[in-house]
Amino acid sequence: MLELRAVTAGYDRRAPVVRDAHLTVAPGEAVGLLGPSGCGKSTLARVAALLHRPDAGEVVLDGTPVRGFRHRAPREQRTAIGVVFQQPRLAADPRLRLADLIAEPLRATGRRASAADRVRELAGTVGLTPDLLGRRPHEVSDGQLQRACLARALSLRPRWLVCDEMTAMLDASTTAALVRVVEDYRASTGAGLLSVGHDRTLLTRWCDRTVPWEAVAAG
Amino acid sequence: MTTDVDVADRKPAWRAHGAARRSTHVLRLRVSAALVAVTVLAVLLVPPLVQLDQQAVDLAAKLRPPSWAHPFGTDDVGRDLLLRCVYGLRVSLLVGVVAALTATVIGTAVGAAAGALGGWADRLVMRLVDTLSSVPHLLLGIFIVAMFRPGVWPVVISVALTHWLSTARIVRAEVLSLRSRPFVDAAVSGGASRWRVTVRHLLPGVLPQAGLAAVLMVPHAMWHESALSFLGLGLPTHTASLGTLIQGARGSLLAGQWWPTLFPGLFLILPTLAIAGLAGVWRERINPRRRSELML
Repeated sequence: MLELRAVTAGYDRRAPVVRDAHLTVAPGEAVGLLGPSGCGKSTLARVAALLHRPDAGEVVLDGTPVRGFRHRAPREQRTAIGVVFQQPRLAADPRLRLADLIAEPLRATGRRASAADRVRELAGTVGLTPDLLGRRPHEVSDGQLQRACLARALSLRPRWLVCDEMTAMLDASTTAALVRVVEDYRASTGAGLLSVGHDRTLLTRWCDRTVPWEAVAAG
Repeated sequence: MTTDVDVADRKPAWRAHGAARRSTHVLRLRVSAALVAVTVLAVLLVPPLVQLDQQAVDLAAKLRPPSWAHPFGTDDVGRDLLLRCVYGLRVSLLVGVVAALTATVIGTAVGAAAGALGGWADRLVMRLVDTLSSVPHLLLGIFIVAMFRPGVWPVVISVALTHWLSTARIVRAEVLSLRSRPFVDAAVSGGASRWRVTVRHLLPGVLPQAGLAAVLMVPHAMWHESALSFLGLGLPTHTASLGTLIQGARGSLLAGQWWPTLFPGLFLILPTLAIAGLAGVWRERINPRRRSELML
């Protein structure tokens, strides 16, 4: 279970962006979180991905309360959750070739030896051709870069996926392809998904359960 | 798609101001590059190739004005000033380059550590930097050289230890702005340690800025060395450096002999202007790209 209990979070303690949010994702479940832009759903997604320390409340990961966030979270907890961000341009280090981008989590966790094979496998999964793997982020399109970012999120085989408006920047066919990749991954591993977005049609078709922002957080 | 083409077609800012601006820009680049090249060649090639003793004293030919035998004239003990200036520039440039590199390494390490750690460590380090910055550099430099015998290395240490502060500030600011980007979030989520995030993602991003700061530091450090030597605190007076040459020439200037002051002075001003000119071109070429990066 990935549980958010009474989470209050933001960037200024006096004016929290998210107040008293409750959300649960069961293993294998796909939960869509639907909210208008600016409501705080990205902040909540960052909390769920252990990237932002909430001001109050707690995150419980597979029954273990999370004690620290970002670097203070144990590596097993951090890497148990794969994250895909809204804007692939900002989420990709502009200096890394796509192959290095995808391999980065493998190298950071000491799986250097298996990195090349895993990158090849993931590139096939997300539909990146070998010549694209040698390019840098500014040499590929948003869609191609988001495919690489999804491959990076899947590289450590996370038990949970957090997709923060993953397809907001993309056209319909790329959206369909990426959703397909996520669903195939979930079908083969039983991973849970928290997909945050503002597109009701997409989320209701994609997820087992779609919850509106008002039902999750107060005010 | 059209916006992509627009961005690609847009000229960098330094090219967009018309032909006149562009030609002065190219002229500045060429003059600076030529001067730096001449300087570097002179200090590298003249001493080994020209087997002349810069310390050769000729009391019969003291304080001669510029002539074909001595293009820059001679000093008060008859030493050839052209040769002394080249040797002096060599020492000053060595001090400038080594001190600037050392200062940049210290500044980058401190700035990156402060920016990457954040929180109280950042505040503590930056208050220390502010405190040190509030003391005049030259005064602090004098304090440091005063602890050693006169020589090249005390001057290098003195300049390096007083000039890393601005680099630390620049690097910290850059690291702070990079640290909040989503690609750092992605690295954290991918299990990267603080060290890995800093070395792999943050430092490569600040290197252009740090490199620029290092190049701009070279002329600054040369002036600092000259100031210390001029005050008699830097290099021993028998070692030719631009500072010691100008200091030794003060007496002659009052007696109307201008050449022992003018030529070392020019040797100090022209290379520093040339290096600063090159750095300026570099900076203008970095900035538009950074602006377009921010637009994304």
